[in-house]
Amino acid sequence: MIRPLGAAVRGDVLAVLDTVMDPEVPVLSVRELGIVRDVLVDDRDGVTVVVTPTYSGCPAILEIERDILAALAAAGFDNAKVRTAYSPAWTTDWIPESARAKLKAYGIAPPGRAAEDGGLVQLMRARTAPPCPYCDSRDTEVRSEFGSTACKSVCWCRHCGQPFEEFKAI
Amino acid sequence: MTSPAPSIVPAPPPKPNALFEYLQRLGDDRLILGHRLSEWCGHAPILEEDIALANVALDLLGQATILLRMAGEVEGRGRNEDALAYFREAVEFRNCQLAELPTGDFGFTIARQFLFDVYDVVLLDALTKSTNAELAAIAGKSLKEARYHVRHSGEWMLKLGDGTDESHRRVQAALDELWRYTPELFAVDEIDDELAANGVVPDLAALKPAWESLVREVFDRATLTTPNDVPRPPRARGGRTGAHTEHLGHLLAEMQIVARSHPGAAW
Repeated sequence: MIRPLGAAVRGDVLAVLDTVMDPEVPVLSVRELGIVRDVLVDDRDGVTVVVTPTYSGCPAILEIERDILAALAAAGFDNAKVRTAYSPAWTTDWIPESARAKLKAYGIAPPGRAAEDGGLVQLMRARTAPPCPYCDSRDTEVRSEFGSTACKSVCWCRHCGQPFEEFKAI
Repeated sequence: MTSPAPSIVPAPPPKPNALFEYLQRLGDDRLILGHRLSEWCGHAPILEEDIALANVALDLLGQATILLRMAGEVEGRGRNEDALAYFREAVEFRNCQLAELPTGDFGFTIARQFLFDVYDVVLLDALTKSTNAELAAIAGKSLKEARYHVRHSGEWMLKLGDGTDESHRRVQAALDELWRYTPELFAVDEIDDELAANGVVPDLAALKPAWESLVREVFDRATLTTPNDVPRPPRARGGRTGAHTEHLGHLLAEMQIVARSHPGAAW
């Protein structure tokens, strides 16, 4: 199927991207994750999706690109391209409230506000642990800033005894 | 009449592409240090730390991928990031010697990482103002990651330095050994001069006071003693110009053997 291109199909492309889930956090679409920065459509070049990586070394980057192209091809956008942009750098502030609720329901504490840096660097950690996504207790602690994927830290709830992951604010 | 004698003066070597050289310095620091960190995978003292070091290694390898890809494009000879990582010889690598030193014990790994992480934050912050928009964007992205790297290694410096007699002794010994490798981080040569004149890169020497005050702040809190400076020529030598310790060759042998044994292999 060959689709006509033009401004009108941009919405169609976005609707397709709403169905492409992050492979590591499959309750969020790539749009909810904030990594789709733009969709360019023109008659000569076709569809180009501009994405930005979450972390430089995220091993899911290539898989996400392939998933986007496969979903677009299935919807009739055969020659779509993915382009990577590094600026502005990805921030968890781009994850909307609705998506944060999905994270919590999935058992991952959603990210807090990404700290506006007060100066060049904060040498020591000074932050409170997020509330437990299971029992909402604030009696929690950060066990490790590094978890099963680059985007998550490992926390512990003292109230319900449940270990849980947090989507790190960055 | 005799014909003129053929010239025996060789043509001067072509002027190096300064940006290509510089991008290799940035990329190779991350590739080599990332590889060293990855050696801890499965060996760290506790599970959380195993995962943490692997995470930091992954960030550094990701940054190296982006920087070496750009280096290959700037060079314009069709080499991509894999060609640069797997098919250059040790003398062609441009990483600082600090990055290539063997892993040592956990105290050595953390001390080396801390010295580099603070350097990384200071340098990347300055590179976000580069007149090269692509380099500035990569620096801005990497800076976010470097900021939590330094919090991780900085906290460990406190725990180890202000910890037990054994942990203090080990991390102090590591600092005493590593300190002489730190002047290389701020030494400049004509590559830096050319790029700094156009605002592409910062004046490295001007960044040193910020680095030194940050590392000394943590040493003090960690009850560690700042080692004495070792006199060193101010111009860049060492890793930045391809002169490495014996350790880099061994690292590369392990890192490159699969790619060289099966060129073009993919999965």
